[in-house]
Amino acid sequence: MTSAQNWWKRTSNTVGSAWRGMPKWVRILATLLFVAFLYILPNKEFYEYLNIPGVWIPLYTTGVEFPSALFFATWMILLTLGLNIVCGYAGLLDLGFFGFFAVGAYTVALLTSPDSKLITEYHWLESPWPWLVTVPIAVSLALLSGVLLGWPTLRLRGDYLAIVTLGFAEVIRIIARNQDWILNGDRGITRVGHPPGKWSDGKAIFGILDTRPYYWLGLTLIILVIFVSRNLVRSRVGRAWIAIREDEDAAELMGVPTFKFKLWAFAMGASIGGLSGTLWAGQNSFVNSSTFSLENSILVLAALLLGGAGSIGGAILGGFLVVYVPEWLRSLPFLPESIDVNKYRYLVFGIILVVMMIFKPGGIWPNRRRVEEYKDRAKEVAVGVV
Amino acid sequence: MSSEKKALLEVKNVTLRFGGVVALDKVDFTLYEGEILGLIGPNGAGKTTCFNAMTGVYRPTEGEILFDGQTLSDKKRYKITKMGLARTFQNIRLFPEMTAMENVAVGADAHHKTSIPSALLRLPRHWKEERDGREFGQHLLDFVGITARSDELARNLPYGDQRRLEIARALATRPKLLCLDEPAAGFNPAEKQSLLDLIRKIRDTGVTVLLIEHDMRLVMGVTDRIVVLEFGRKIADGLPAEVRDNPKVIGAYLGVPDAA
Amino acid sequence: MNFDDLFRGFEELTITGLAQGSVYALVALGYTLVYGVLRLINFAHSEVFMFGTFAAVWIWGVMGFDADSSRPAVWLALLLILVAMVFAALVSGGVAMLVEVSAYRPLRKRNAPPLAFLITAIGASFVLLEFMALPFMSDRRQIGMPPMLPTAPIISVGGWEVNPLQLMTIVVALVMMFSLDWFVNKTKFGRGIRAVAQDANTAALMGVNKSRVILLVFLLGGLMAGVAAVLASMRTGYTRFNIGFFLGIKAFSAAVLGGIGNLRGALLGGLLLGLIENYGAALFGTEWKDAISFLVLVALLMFRPTGLLGESLGRARA
Ligand SMILES: Nc1ncnc2c1ncn2[C@@H]1O[C@H](COP(=O)(O)OP(=O)(O)O)[C@@H](O)[C@H]1O
Ligand SMILES: [Mg+2]
Repeated sequence: MTSAQNWWKRTSNTVGSAWRGMPKWVRILATLLFVAFLYILPNKEFYEYLNIPGVWIPLYTTGVEFPSALFFATWMILLTLGLNIVCGYAGLLDLGFFGFFAVGAYTVALLTSPDSKLITEYHWLESPWPWLVTVPIAVSLALLSGVLLGWPTLRLRGDYLAIVTLGFAEVIRIIARNQDWILNGDRGITRVGHPPGKWSDGKAIFGILDTRPYYWLGLTLIILVIFVSRNLVRSRVGRAWIAIREDEDAAELMGVPTFKFKLWAFAMGASIGGLSGTLWAGQNSFVNSSTFSLENSILVLAALLLGGAGSIGGAILGGFLVVYVPEWLRSLPFLPESIDVNKYRYLVFGIILVVMMIFKPGGIWPNRRRVEEYKDRAKEVAVGVV
Repeated sequence: MSSEKKALLEVKNVTLRFGGVVALDKVDFTLYEGEILGLIGPNGAGKTTCFNAMTGVYRPTEGEILFDGQTLSDKKRYKITKMGLARTFQNIRLFPEMTAMENVAVGADAHHKTSIPSALLRLPRHWKEERDGREFGQHLLDFVGITARSDELARNLPYGDQRRLEIARALATRPKLLCLDEPAAGFNPAEKQSLLDLIRKIRDTGVTVLLIEHDMRLVMGVTDRIVVLEFGRKIADGLPAEVRDNPKVIGAYLGVPDAA
Repeated sequence: MNFDDLFRGFEELTITGLAQGSVYALVALGYTLVYGVLRLINFAHSEVFMFGTFAAVWIWGVMGFDADSSRPAVWLALLLILVAMVFAALVSGGVAMLVEVSAYRPLRKRNAPPLAFLITAIGASFVLLEFMALPFMSDRRQIGMPPMLPTAPIISVGGWEVNPLQLMTIVVALVMMFSLDWFVNKTKFGRGIRAVAQDANTAALMGVNKSRVILLVFLLGGLMAGVAAVLASMRTGYTRFNIGFFLGIKAFSAAVLGGIGNLRGALLGGLLLGLIENYGAALFGTEWKDAISFLVLVALLMFRPTGLLGESLGRARA
């Protein structure tokens, strides 16, 4: 145990217990203030003042506009929250998780784009549908595909599930790329619809230039999903998931219908992943087969484990960091042009996976139980000294 | 035992093979409501395998097991638990990252119905079942004597408390029959004695008990009847005194220094 | 479905299938060995294979042969291939051992749950993959192999034609596999492997050094993958940082098909999968080739997860 690790443990414990020790109204107020801060954050007049004190290095990004970077973080966080249910709670290693994101994105694209083959070739649709109408459809389809993938595979042992989801995602990607039926292969689908709404001056709220509204929308969805996750995990459902993660056979012998709950975990995770896809497609205007790529599934997994699997705060923190840190590094003035952060990104995430598993399996922001456990150890040490 | 007692569990001519290994060979015995039956035999005799066959972990190669008059052969494992057959494990298998209370709550959930919609929308059923789980859980933790451990992680409990927690978790599924797989393994005499008291207390609440045990004296003290296995075959079945004097049992089992 | 293609090309499809199947079998051994001993799908094994293909490119490059070279004389080609096989086997074996020592061993030390092992396996695989993709390694480019063996058939009986590479692939794979089988079943080291596979704790009590056995298992798997890498990349004619992905899934499918943990099962599974894949591609079209072996895997896992010859090397799961 290195001293850095000990320091981190001690600090996070102190912060954690100080937080829990505060009166409830203080905590609620502080949370509300923080949320307000998050909503104000993408305004230039505000974030321009965010610097590392003393050295005056900006904390916002400049390579990509800060609101865009924040928006990227929101859909990534939705993904980590979805995977947190599947992997963090139920302990199912789904290596094709990004596929559900793709289902969400493609559904929106096919239904809202005037270039969609559903309109131009098959004439199933008269005209493009509004984005908002397609969101529930996309989320339902993602949920359905979660069930369809889970139905045969969730009977398998955990390690087999990993390789099957891995292969499945890749086979789907190849089919999407090679087949021209509706997904349009690498050429993809352009002119995807945006969310609705107009400012008072008649300009669309969700336009191309201003990313802030998308970020606000994403932030709102995240808050919604936090409540969903929280309500689920603090109930019979969450207990069943965690019991399955801890010991599937024992869980079943204690009366947990394991298959049913694993399928529910898959379905819930998939629909949140799909939701993220609709958000992304709504902003990005373009979807193609590289949306399915395996790297992205691994990226989400790395983000979740970095932050802390099984902990909502951890999932959020991890999702934020994997987007923010590379973008921020790219904006640093003293980083030479020749070093393309993006080329090293995935390597670093692979290293994170391995290193986290060895040194900090609970993640940076572990589930509180794990923190409690550290606390117990700390007590033991203290007793030992006396 | 008199024959008018109601049979709760009937193990009928059960054979179970693992490839070439015959773990159970035409095992046949009946368990009556309200009794404490001991299942004993030397290591590797097939006792745990018998539990596994009863609880659906393995399916009998031949033969059949009836519980409350219904066959268990085609029942899913969690359904068997819901029918009222609960067990503990020889090597403790708690949910280590859950608290003692949550472990018991998982057991109590066996008869709960809350699923995604009720949990998500916090419907009254959710609140009612949570309260029930907590109250029943607290009662059971008191019952097995680990009240103070309620909020500790299972894996941080001392060994003896883990064994007790396993019993509480099994009881939380409201079983008619509780199967205990070597619950006193690794206990000192005082702990064994208090475990015996607990087993009697469980029986007195109306739960039938099937007890696997290695320690012959322990079984003698608490059981109403004993079934003896050796190499997967039943070699004796009767009152403790009869079994103790059965020459086959003495040869197979009491002969080993372990039991002396 | 196109039965015409299947029947017309039957001999060719069979030979190609057997040659490809031999490669799958060699790589499958790596999965099977590790799984037998650790109960772990070593996802990084596909990258161990990938490193072997690059090792061949490098060593040939050092000796002055690249994609633009002309075909060397047969004796020279054989020598070059032998050198490449030895070098690739060493590189792959080294990478496999590196993964074990740096990624899996620390987890075993702290008794990590199975999920942690799986995640680490994925992570390690990704690290190796992305390392090879770095600008100063392959920069995500496809790299051509120098031509080696002549392509004209060397055996021709009736409609059955075998070219030198196919002959070499099948023969080398069989030789490697029988040596491995002998090693595991007949030598002292092999006994250690089988003991750990049966019951690691008991084996440790009997004085078997578990860590050393596990390292040996990774080494053996790596050696086989290195040889397979040379054979496979001579067929494809190029290599790429992600060349191991599908090969890995296929080899794993082959291991499951034969019965994972079972050495002879890996041979049977590999050859069968090679045939299924080639017949299937003729029937349904080549674009489905990669999907076919994957569907075989899924069907197999659902209906007969213990494979054709049954799981062996290790114990049955409790
Ligand atoms: N999953 C299994 N695969 C193969 N053999 C098994 C398995 N489970 C139990 N056995 C064998 O069945 C026999 C009985 O084991 P067990 O029921 O555990 O004995 P006991 O609990 O009486 O000590 C032993 O010989 C054991 O090796
Ligand atoms: Mg036993």
